[in-house]
Amino acid sequence: MADLAIDHDFELSPPLVQGGMTYADVSEKVSAITENKPPKQWYYAIAVTSLMTLMLFGCLTYLVTTGIGVWGNNNPVGWGWDITNFVWWIGIGHAGTLISAILFLFRQKWRTSINRAAEAMTLFAVASAGIYPLFHTGRPWRAIYWLFPLPNSYLHLWQNFRSPLMWDVFAVSTYATVSALFWFTGLIPDLATLRDRATNRIRKLVFGLLSLGWRGSASQWRHYELAYLILAGLSTPLVLSVHSIVSFDFATAVLPGWHTTIFPPYFVAGAIFSGFAMVVTLMTVARWVYNLENLITIKHLENMCKVILATGSIVGFAYATEFFIAWYSGNPYERFAFMNRAFGPYCWAYWTMITCNVVVPQLFWFSKFRTTPALMFILAIFINIGMWFERFVIIASSLHRDFLPASWGYFTPTWVDICTFAGTIGMFLTLFLLFLRFLPAIAMSEIKGVLYQQNQQQKGAHE
Amino acid sequence: MSTSFLDKLPVPAFLKSAAEIKCYGVVGDFESPDDLLRAIRTLRTAGFTKLEAYSPFPIHGIGEALGEPRSPLGRIVIVAALLGLASALALQWWTGAVDYKLVIAGKPLFALEPSVPIMFELTILFGAFGAVLGMFHLNRLPTYYHPFFNYSQSEGATNDRFLLAVEAADPKFRGEEVRTLLDSLGSRHTELVEA
Repeated sequence: MADLAIDHDFELSPPLVQGGMTYADVSEKVSAITENKPPKQWYYAIAVTSLMTLMLFGCLTYLVTTGIGVWGNNNPVGWGWDITNFVWWIGIGHAGTLISAILFLFRQKWRTSINRAAEAMTLFAVASAGIYPLFHTGRPWRAIYWLFPLPNSYLHLWQNFRSPLMWDVFAVSTYATVSALFWFTGLIPDLATLRDRATNRIRKLVFGLLSLGWRGSASQWRHYELAYLILAGLSTPLVLSVHSIVSFDFATAVLPGWHTTIFPPYFVAGAIFSGFAMVVTLMTVARWVYNLENLITIKHLENMCKVILATGSIVGFAYATEFFIAWYSGNPYERFAFMNRAFGPYCWAYWTMITCNVVVPQLFWFSKFRTTPALMFILAIFINIGMWFERFVIIASSLHRDFLPASWGYFTPTWVDICTFAGTIGMFLTLFLLFLRFLPAIAMSEIKGVLYQQNQQQKGAHE
Repeated sequence: MSTSFLDKLPVPAFLKSAAEIKCYGVVGDFESPDDLLRAIRTLRTAGFTKLEAYSPFPIHGIGEALGEPRSPLGRIVIVAALLGLASALALQWWTGAVDYKLVIAGKPLFALEPSVPIMFELTILFGAFGAVLGMFHLNRLPTYYHPFFNYSQSEGATNDRFLLAVEAADPKFRGEEVRTLLDSLGSRHTELVEA
């Protein structure tokens, strides 16, 4: 039977848990982060990020009370930074599901040290993403009737389910819900560990309630493992569908530069690429601040860098394919859209994207870059920037010059655009910092399973 | 700790064995998953049927050792997923082609092709709820009280201990005998646990 547990002939060299840690050490190391006062860096960081979050609330209040004209969106560029940011954040979320679900199905044991934090990152990224389309409607409190099929007396009609924008609503909300369910299911045994370690009344109460009375009995694990496996199996096609459906928002339009069949796989690869870059960004820092080198080893980081290299190369190949097809189609509008992208008014954005997404990740061919956390942090930042520019290039450079030169325009962000974007970064980081502070950031029960397997193997090697 | 409650009761010694019937069972503490599995196999061979193991992570082969059947969760999930599929179909067909006929770009009021993405999403959504709520149901979660927690080292089950309970409901259960048996199998700390 497929399960979470041990697969004896799996290779574990170099070991995934280092420093001779025992089961109790794993509980202690991970739980202590949530039990003790955080290091001073944590306070500095959350002070900054919560101010940025306040700025986000300020910007959104201003937008709601004034109108979406406060953003730089114009005619013809009706989708500006808002949709760029939406796609960027959704893409980042994909790495979390990839790590927790797809690598689980592939029996990649190295996922266990990073899956919890990556899943948390998914939830917070999707929350950040959701803000943009919601506020792009201008009247979010009414938008609920436009987005979801709720019977109401406002509109007296139903949604048009033939629109990819409706598919998007269902895809993103399903994604957020299923990711939350998967994350919480994974947390239950670890919440029970925190409950059993709790010394004060509040922690006992909170973790006691959250862990639902988990006992870790064999009969519970039996259903639990199967539930986890099924959730992984459901999340795998889900994560591939989400960015495919996001890409339909563009691909089903007739606009040159958007109307291409390559979009679904290209968007999914880009999503995984940017998501892994964000995981590397966050985990190199968290690992350093909390001294988690024995649990998040260089091997973990190196594997992530390899995924970045592979998906980055797919993305680079997709850029080349787009250009080839634009030429090969013989369609003058398609050809113009791509020449305009590379050499028109937005060429600065295009070449930033190429540098960050195609050139920079190629450095990961060198093992020095894959094994030095500081270097991979820097490269990951470049990739985060590059993937933001990719979405901006696709959206703005395609919209700003379509078929009729009379309707050409240019997009310039306003201060509200910039502050809202910075604000969602702040909100994302605030949520992530709170997660690190209050919940087990590393899946203890899963690490212990890997540790057992590792010990078995070492015992076998000695005999 | 929990065994001493019998001693505190103001009853004559000959009644104390009768009080044992009200206990949850005998819980032993083993050092490693292998010791635990060995103990389970021995007890099963000896004819014990009401055994329960507690561990900080799932142990491969423990379900088979305990003689537990395969989890029926798969069937719950497939029903939930198909329900999701059917609701998506019904939702898109009824709203667009029955309740409010709205012709958009001259296309049919309902067609299967554009309905696929939402059918897929709701299949996954309902399936995931089926998996989580189904697991909660089968595991009876939340259960905030369980007699196992009366074991003085029950917190070890979520840390680094591998515990084995022989439940009092077992027809072969005799408190002191089981206790000696678990000790002989290598238990580091055996206790009679009250219900």
